[in-house]
Amino acid sequence: MSLDISILLIILGGAIVTFLPRVIPFMVIRNIGLPKIVIKWLSFIPICIFAALIVDSFIIQDETSLLSIDWRVLTAIIPTLIIALWTKSLSITVIVGVISMATVRFLF
Amino acid sequence: MNVLATQINKEESIPTFSQGVKDCVPTLIGYVSIGIAMGIVGASSNLSILEVALLSILVYAGAAQFIICALLVAGSPFSVIVFTTFIVNLRHFLLSMTLAPHFTKYSLMKNIGFGTLLTDESFGVAANKIAKRETISDRWMNGLNLTAYTFWILSCTLGAVFGKWISNPEVLGLDFSLTAMFLALLVLQLESMEKSKLKFYLSLIVYVILSMLVLCMFVPSYIAILLSTIIVATIGTVKDK
Repeated sequence: MSLDISILLIILGGAIVTFLPRVIPFMVIRNIGLPKIVIKWLSFIPICIFAALIVDSFIIQDETSLLSIDWRVLTAIIPTLIIALWTKSLSITVIVGVISMATVRFLF
Repeated sequence: MNVLATQINKEESIPTFSQGVKDCVPTLIGYVSIGIAMGIVGASSNLSILEVALLSILVYAGAAQFIICALLVAGSPFSVIVFTTFIVNLRHFLLSMTLAPHFTKYSLMKNIGFGTLLTDESFGVAANKIAKRETISDRWMNGLNLTAYTFWILSCTLGAVFGKWISNPEVLGLDFSLTAMFLALLVLQLESMEKSKLKFYLSLIVYVILSMLVLCMFVPSYIAILLSTIIVATIGTVKDK
């Protein structure tokens, strides 16, 4: 069990800059009413961020090309999306997703 | 009798701590598999078990923890690592802003607690509950958050302890559990929208995909996520009459 002081400082620095953006909106929004237009803008955040995180999972960024697509992940997304639409269940989708990904990796 | 019945009904409609724990379960496969992978990466980046545990206790953010390890291996200075962590986690600001209006009736300390343990996953589960017009409560949110936090710390530490013996967790497809979860959350969000707006929301998703593909050619993906979300939410606000 060793603890390097410079690593501890990096962890503490990382903790502070992670804590602040998480907490500040919760502290501030209690006291001010948000304008209607901001509320409307915020209502689009969940869909946009979920979509962006999904796209992020099948993008490969490397030095050799501008952008490449992880076709195996994209292939696993198809059955997973169908199951999500069909079952509307978080747990079933996650299980089917993991099985699909494992199958795709096994086959290709 | 009637009064009692309504009272019981009312109490039942406020979700409890254990309901929050239960609602966290579908996300746990993600936390455990990514957490173990994180611990393995931490150990292979020459971090001690204690350092990996502290990292997951204090930073508690998957992507940022991976990037911190990568930057440590690359020998980056303190300022670069901390600044990169800040940028990678800046999207939490958007998530917090989206959830905070639903928790204004609770005390400042409780709100700080909700924010401290907010993750993509807990945000997803909470946003989904809000979209379905179900009630959320402080106890429910704490149940959700604390379950996720506990499992994350345990998984990261476990990964660091057994890191040398566990082969690449990617082979099993477990790393895909996060993507699968976001797919389900996206579908559930669309499900809760008015049917007449479905086409409009689908067009926004197309914009997100295009914006991600273009931005990822020029900036790191964590910045592309942030920018795409801000840009397309703005398009949505402007176009939605």
